[in-house]
Amino acid sequence: MAGSQWELPPELCCRPMAFVALTGLDVVYNAVHRAIWDAFCANRRADRVPISFKVLPGDHEYPKCRTKRTSYEWYIPKGILKTGWMNKHLNLVPALVVLFYELDWDDPQWKEKQSECATKVEIVRTSLQGRNTKVAVVLIQKKTPLPPGEDLVASERAATLCNACDLSGKSLFVLPHTDHLVGYIIRLENAFYEHAQTYYYTEIRRVKSHKEFLNKTTHQLLFVRHQFKIAFFSELKQDTQNALKYYRTAYSLVHELRAHETNMLEIKTMAGFINYKICRLCFQHNTPLDAIAQFRKHIDLCKKKIGSAELAFEHAAWMSKQFQSFGELFDEAIKLGLTAIQTQNPGFYYQQAACYSQDRKQQAQQLCQAGATYPSPEPLDTQSGGLDFYGQRPWRQGHQSIDPPDAEKEKTGILALQIKERDVPHSELIIALLSNAVAQFKKYKCPRMKSHLMVQMGEEYYHAKDYTKALKLLDYVMCDYRTERWWGLLTAILTTALRCAYLMASVKDYIIYCMELLGRASTLKEEQKLRIEKNLIKVLTNEVPDAEPECDSSSVSAAKSLWSDRMALAGSNELTIEVQDYIPFIQCKAKFQSPSFHVDQPIQLQVFLRADCPHPVSFNKLSVSLSNQEYNQWCVVESSGQESMSLLPGKTKRFNFSFVAKTEDVGKKIEVRLLLTVAGLGQPDHAAQYHVRLCSDTTQSECYWRSLFVQIISRVPKISVQLSHQPPALNNEMYCISVTIQSQEEGVAKDVKLTAGLKPGQDANLGQTTHVTLDGSKVCDDTAPALLPDVPLGDLKPGEKLEWCVYVKCVSTGPRVFLFHVAYSIDTTVEGRQIVCKCHKDETVTIETVVPFEVSVKFVSTKFEPLDRVAVDIPFLLMTDILSSSPWPLLLASSSLQLTGESASECFCLRCPPLTNSNSTVATGQYLISWRRYSSSADSPLIQTTVTLPHVILESVPLYIHADVPSFGRVRESLSVRYHIENRTALVQEVEMAVEPSDAFMFSGLKQVRLRILPGSEQQMLYNYYPLMAGYQTLPQLNISLPRCPTTNTHTLRRFLPQRIFVKPQGRQVDDASIAAA
Amino acid sequence: MAVCIAVIAKENYPLYIRSVPTQNELKFHYTVHTSLDVVEEKISAVGKSLGDQRELYLGLLYPTEDYKMFRKLHNSFTDVMCNPFHNPGDPIQSKAFDGIVSGMMVQTG
Repeated sequence: MAGSQWELPPELCCRPMAFVALTGLDVVYNAVHRAIWDAFCANRRADRVPISFKVLPGDHEYPKCRTKRTSYEWYIPKGILKTGWMNKHLNLVPALVVLFYELDWDDPQWKEKQSECATKVEIVRTSLQGRNTKVAVVLIQKKTPLPPGEDLVASERAATLCNACDLSGKSLFVLPHTDHLVGYIIRLENAFYEHAQTYYYTEIRRVKSHKEFLNKTTHQLLFVRHQFKIAFFSELKQDTQNALKYYRTAYSLVHELRAHETNMLEIKTMAGFINYKICRLCFQHNTPLDAIAQFRKHIDLCKKKIGSAELAFEHAAWMSKQFQSFGELFDEAIKLGLTAIQTQNPGFYYQQAACYSQDRKQQAQQLCQAGATYPSPEPLDTQSGGLDFYGQRPWRQGHQSIDPPDAEKEKTGILALQIKERDVPHSELIIALLSNAVAQFKKYKCPRMKSHLMVQMGEEYYHAKDYTKALKLLDYVMCDYRTERWWGLLTAILTTALRCAYLMASVKDYIIYCMELLGRASTLKEEQKLRIEKNLIKVLTNEVPDAEPECDSSSVSAAKSLWSDRMALAGSNELTIEVQDYIPFIQCKAKFQSPSFHVDQPIQLQVFLRADCPHPVSFNKLSVSLSNQEYNQWCVVESSGQESMSLLPGKTKRFNFSFVAKTEDVGKKIEVRLLLTVAGLGQPDHAAQYHVRLCSDTTQSECYWRSLFVQIISRVPKISVQLSHQPPALNNEMYCISVTIQSQEEGVAKDVKLTAGLKPGQDANLGQTTHVTLDGSKVCDDTAPALLPDVPLGDLKPGEKLEWCVYVKCVSTGPRVFLFHVAYSIDTTVEGRQIVCKCHKDETVTIETVVPFEVSVKFVSTKFEPLDRVAVDIPFLLMTDILSSSPWPLLLASSSLQLTGESASECFCLRCPPLTNSNSTVATGQYLISWRRYSSSADSPLIQTTVTLPHVILESVPLYIHADVPSFGRVRESLSVRYHIENRTALVQEVEMAVEPSDAFMFSGLKQVRLRILPGSEQQMLYNYYPLMAGYQTLPQLNISLPRCPTTNTHTLRRFLPQRIFVKPQGRQVDDASIAAA
Repeated sequence: MAVCIAVIAKENYPLYIRSVPTQNELKFHYTVHTSLDVVEEKISAVGKSLGDQRELYLGLLYPTEDYKMFRKLHNSFTDVMCNPFHNPGDPIQSKAFDGIVSGMMVQTG
């Protein structure tokens, strides 16, 4: 019996399918037959009926059918299920035998062929005597058949053939090998399937019919056997629901069997088989919870059925197999679409299987003592070479009573089994199961379970003496436990790893694990630590360490010789151990005194070391590596001569380093990487042979060695930068900011450079609307930059003062931040070293830019009446109002007006020329103002501010009228008014004029007149008014109407005419002028 | 009755772990550690209502323990955390807590 004794038989694990035998096909030499066979075999997908086909020769001998038992009265069954039974019905006894025969309906030798066919059928029938297997005939024909009923010859010959072969009409088929072979084949196999269903149905009926002959005392085994057979036939019939029902009955029946030591294995084997079938069907029916429930029940019922105590390992092996097969079924179902969850996945079953395999191994180690000789003759051989019934002992097959028939045979048989068990590669089995479980737990997001199983795998490799693999696995999971800070578990793993390292005599691993086991993460007891430290010192002084406890003696002696070989090879004893991944027994922390240092200050670094081990540790070198390698030389401590430095347990030792930063590193944000090297580790009174260097790249380890940064910043400048200016800045002006730089340095500040202008990083638009220049003599243009970089100012002696003016032109309003950056270099001495320091000082200022003045423009008539539109060719006035919004006085140079905080108004008299086009609005142009701050010096440039004047709406008037009126009149003195009436059209205009009477005036002239004015010419009307009252008086109203131009009337023309006049009271003297006017 | 009681920090390291001395201590440590997989999954489960989040008891991780025991342990844990001299995150070293835990453990002679 091999280790595979516990494997489930393949005929149990496969999906049972109806077995149909095909005869009369020559698939080797006949191409047509070959094509038919291929059509049956190829593409058997899920949509085809489940049949397993086999080609058999026409005279194939089928298994002989035993004569049917007529009575069970004296029959005592020898076991539950014969080992060959399932295979027999899957592969040997067909449900249907199909005879293929080439025969066309119009064959010339019809008679002969018919009888030959009948003979062949008879041969098959004889071979199947006693069985219910059906026989069917398929005629392979060359001609395409006619539709049914049309071929009379065919139906007649078919009837005679059926008769001759003793076939029912339903068992005769015709297969024309034409184009549609696959179609015909599919129809054929569907018909075969129906026959097979009938066959299995009768088989089920047949087995069921036995039941009435059975009695419960002697035929208990048969109850199980028959239920199993019914269930199996139901499966072959593809009736899985009923199959499940019968298997369940079989399962409960198997547990009703009287169990004792001799038949325990048989009962468990069958229970295992039936349970497997039930679980398989439950998964197939997509009821996984039923499968799980069944499996739990199965385990509960069986786990206590150990059987023979001397073969306890067999029970563990069987249990392991149960879990494994269930895990595989579960996994299979998942592959077919079932979803598993974290707490219910195949991994648990594999894990449990591994667990039972571990039990098996332990029991095997206890029960199978070495040294026993294998009994002779071989007690495990049987006559047939195998077992007749599942789960029986080879030396007492068919024996069903409680006591073994022969105690001696029983003893040798058990001994043989025990000796066989010794050869089983238990560790291999366990590891395979564990790795299956690992794969599952990885899939279902159980990282810790996975780690735990990997630890178990590592331990199993350790037991299997494969230390390399063990270390690889343990090393892999160690960091998980380390980062999770489960020190107890980590210590346990490290202890196993240390044993592996010891047994392999792997010096470096041994040292690493010792160091971690001595460190603070280890939960080992003090005496253990002392022992480990002693061993570590031994290794470091090139001595063979003591064996780790719990290692078996043969391995220890092998390891001892390995160690002495290794120690003899005392060649290169330099070991570098990267400790960032471990928690070593020396803790190291480093710290800079300050997060940043000025370049002219020495950088101070403190390194703290602390030993966690029970004894003092000595070392002879501590060095620190920084990102700039040039600093490393300043951060080294080395013991001089024989004396080495030592660390006392639990005491912290501090080392101070200081070094001067390079000037190149100034201004950069420098990461200072710490790489610690403690060399020459040992114990104070021992000369270390091995030089162990502990290195830690702090950038890669977060937990235990913190990484460090230091920023080297430039020297504090000793210089003052003062800004003076008069805010706010006015739009477009050359705003002067005066910069005063005074040195407070003790030496000469060299290469002083000024960078002035808009501070970078503000709104991008500001860069285009800001211009900076040093030249204040003229207004700068758009090419001037927003920032003047590095304007060289020369050297600055101690106490010297420099003053510069920076002019800023802001094209847009709003706040701006300006930067004034003064950089220089200076020679200085730090700790006796001469260095050139670059210093700089920044000043920023926020300046608001405002509009200097607001210009408003309005159009008025010559009478100062506001105009909403302007008549063509008629004078009107443009008035501009300039309102200063500057807090500083302004000088408006273009008008020479000097007004502060007031409005400066200017008037322009304009006349709009006649327009050729009909555009009704016209741009009035721009208004230019030249100005500067009043306070600025006389030679400072004038700023031109352009104001675009508003558009004006134009209209043309057909008639223009204006009057020559004296500026005032006097009571009772004649006042002459001349009206000029101009025709502005190209037509002759007829004008009606009338003067309305007025209380204030008497007048002479035409009171009402009608006149014609030629195109472009003018008519004058003279009236003499005689004022009667003093004060402002309304002139007599002139009514004008144009019959041809009704839109132009008195109302529209009135705006051109004076409405009132001031009349002075009568003077004592008569003024000559007034008389002349009258 | 319990055979092993552990208090785990939110970073998943043990603040307190004790098992019945006669039992296989290491095995229990592994069991507690592996059950953290389930805890992590339950805590990170999305779509929980606010009421669920306030519920401190996560339910069964493995078929063991009962609710009353959790409440008792949690009250004692709260007391430990209220101790002004206790540094949160440090392993729990409290006689009172030890006493409560001992009372919940299987009595072994």
